[in-house]
Amino acid sequence: MDMSQYLDIFIEESKEHLQNMNQTLLQLEQAPEELSLLNEIFRIAHTLKGMSSTMGFNNIAHLTHEMENQLHAIRSGELKINTKIIDLLFTCFDQLDKYIGQVEVSGSEGEMISRDLIKQLETLQSTDNTTTTATPTNEIVINDCLNIQLSEYVHNVLKKAAAEELNTYMVRITLDSKCMLKSARSYIIINTLERLAEIIHSNPSIEDIEDEKFDNKFELVLVTKSDKKVLEKELSEISEIEAIEIIDLKTNDIKIEKKEEEALALPEAEEEHQQTSTNTNESRNKKGKTGKTVRVDIDRLDNLMNLVSELIIIKTRLEDIDGSNTTHNNMHEAIEYMERITTSLHDAVMKVRMVPIERVFNRFPRMVRDLSRDLGKEITLYMSGEETEVDRTVIDEIGDPLIHLIRNSIDHGIEDPETRTKANKAKNGTVKLVAYPDGNSVVIEVEDDGKGIDIERVKAKGIERGIITLAQSQSMDDNEIIQLLFHPGFSTAEKISDISGRGVGLDVVKTKIESLGGVVEVDSKQGRGSKFIIRLPLTLAIIQALLVNVGAEKYAVPLNNIKEITTIASSTIRKVQNNEVVLYRNATLPILRLSNLLNVEVEAKNEEEEYIVVIVKKGDKTAGLIVDHLIGQQEIVIKSLGKFLSNIKAIAGATILGNGSVALIVDTNSFF
Amino acid sequence: MSNHIENNNQFVIFKLDNEYYGIPINYVETIEKVHEITRVPNTPSYVKGVINLRGVVVPVVDLRQRFSLSPKAVSNESRIIILSIEEVVVGLLVDNSSEVLTIPEDSIDNTNNLVNSFEDDYIKGIGKVDERMIIIIDIPVILGITIEK
Repeated sequence: MDMSQYLDIFIEESKEHLQNMNQTLLQLEQAPEELSLLNEIFRIAHTLKGMSSTMGFNNIAHLTHEMENQLHAIRSGELKINTKIIDLLFTCFDQLDKYIGQVEVSGSEGEMISRDLIKQLETLQSTDNTTTTATPTNEIVINDCLNIQLSEYVHNVLKKAAAEELNTYMVRITLDSKCMLKSARSYIIINTLERLAEIIHSNPSIEDIEDEKFDNKFELVLVTKSDKKVLEKELSEISEIEAIEIIDLKTNDIKIEKKEEEALALPEAEEEHQQTSTNTNESRNKKGKTGKTVRVDIDRLDNLMNLVSELIIIKTRLEDIDGSNTTHNNMHEAIEYMERITTSLHDAVMKVRMVPIERVFNRFPRMVRDLSRDLGKEITLYMSGEETEVDRTVIDEIGDPLIHLIRNSIDHGIEDPETRTKANKAKNGTVKLVAYPDGNSVVIEVEDDGKGIDIERVKAKGIERGIITLAQSQSMDDNEIIQLLFHPGFSTAEKISDISGRGVGLDVVKTKIESLGGVVEVDSKQGRGSKFIIRLPLTLAIIQALLVNVGAEKYAVPLNNIKEITTIASSTIRKVQNNEVVLYRNATLPILRLSNLLNVEVEAKNEEEEYIVVIVKKGDKTAGLIVDHLIGQQEIVIKSLGKFLSNIKAIAGATILGNGSVALIVDTNSFF
Repeated sequence: MSNHIENNNQFVIFKLDNEYYGIPINYVETIEKVHEITRVPNTPSYVKGVINLRGVVVPVVDLRQRFSLSPKAVSNESRIIILSIEEVVVGLLVDNSSEVLTIPEDSIDNTNNLVNSFEDDYIKGIGKVDERMIIIIDIPVILGITIEK
């Protein structure tokens, strides 16, 4: 059977599961006693195992199987959870993540075999085995007490079973010592029992029994409607069994509980656990509801988007007709109506494309945890506004820049604990990641309470790297110096570390954000910390633009890049170092002739004439663009020029005008 | 994908001056009449501009320029052959295009055997149909598109 058609679904779903796993693992690290979390991870591993073996990804299936084994051991109380196990689970998670990544790229899981990991998992299992094989002998001695290591999970099930008036038994089977195929024999026994009852616990684990990893005794805890006698009868029909012992657990139930509580000597904590585990079902139900999402093929959305853009084009065309036909009032109304429709259609489509930024944020807690460990710093990550929605295209692109910024904060920003204590700061550093919508844009802030940006050092480095001259540095204000950080090939890290400091960080961040139509700003106070502010447009596909004439050609300038429009007399233009500038509102304004930048042929203007200048901005910087005529403001649909014409200087894309012709969109950001 | 001449012997034929050229038909999406072409600044001279192809902006390469032939005004006969290669959609502006021919493989001469005097990088072979010579061009080479094998 051809599975490739399910590949996309597999990838998408696995990613979702992995994300859940990551989150749950992090929570588990904080609350290792929380059984519901363990169950969740178990459930995910199990689902992944099923999915991957269906798809024929055996390496994934194998790894998840081993994870499942180990998790089962923890769950059934055979294995105590500790940081080592959690770390191992994290490594497993990373490996799974790699596999899925590989599947996504190549359609196959690749040749990576996680032999080491599986071995590690197995050794945990086997050390666990030795302890459990040691304990049964004890257990038999203290038969009456039934001091078996029942986990809270089993415990709960037993309680529930008791409430539902089901029988609960402990079945202890001893196989004939001459038995040749122990696993096959026990398989028959388990199978027989499963027909009559539900096996909720086994010692050793079912997997170990299947692998013959036991002597010749094993214990099963059952919940059943059937009677003890029925079980006995069924089992007695199976050969090669030396002894069958069926103990009714009901009468001992309370006793076990007490024993466990005493053993743990933490009765309160215990109660809490029981509460939380009863909550498990509730929270799971809740999750099922909130997690309901519809996956929409991006191609279909693009198609819908295309339709909307056609509508907008026809709307503009209708508006043109309207101008020449003023007597038709109905026409006017119709157009207004259509305008309303297109606007709401646009909104609706945009919303489908919107994804909560949570999808990107999710990976950061783990990253911060790992980094702070590696660097020996104590760092807490605060996140808020995860529900803020951004365009799908932004989601895919924003991850790397944010990783860079957070790494920078942790590596360069936050000091090590001693330095912090000396500086009278809390030992624990904080990184804040905040997202919120602001008008027509989305703001993402990465803030740390570290040492801030050392202006003098940046300045020195800038001179050393030959980015600025000594003279230049003296006339620069702090903000301008901070901007040097974004210069290609600039890095202030004295030690080049794995985390950051290869000098490729911030300029890449800047380029990426700008390619998404956004801006990055920095706010830094020495000794107090720094804040990187990313501002991104909410939508990327439809924007307001000013249409202008340059010579005979039409160009569109995005409205959110325009600060103002003015006229200046050509006589006021001065030449400074071969650049044209004008004094405007008591500040020098660089003047750029669009006709030069776009190689348009225009007639030379007389000195007396006035120029129409569109003043564009990028962050704090402004520049004046000389154009020939202003045509007007219009809603335009951004179209890509395609792969063949990617990265053209000064051009950000194209749009289709009402008359069907193509106008190019000017990339004003590239002029700065 | 590696060799279109082998797999598919149908070619879209077009004219530049008096020469006939052929493009493997599986590259060709449609053939369009020439409407308004918008010039794109800061591009190689053979990029004529972009057109609106039913809501999609498609770049157009002037094949005369690409082959360094003398410029010729767009006429009623001029056509834009829309190609799609490796997800890249490009139009080729040609003087005239009217037919699709099947050229059997044994009628195609491999130019590798010929003298390298000519700019034959983008000539994949020369086909003979009746008395006509048809220059089969290597589209990825002409457009500078690398095909992943």
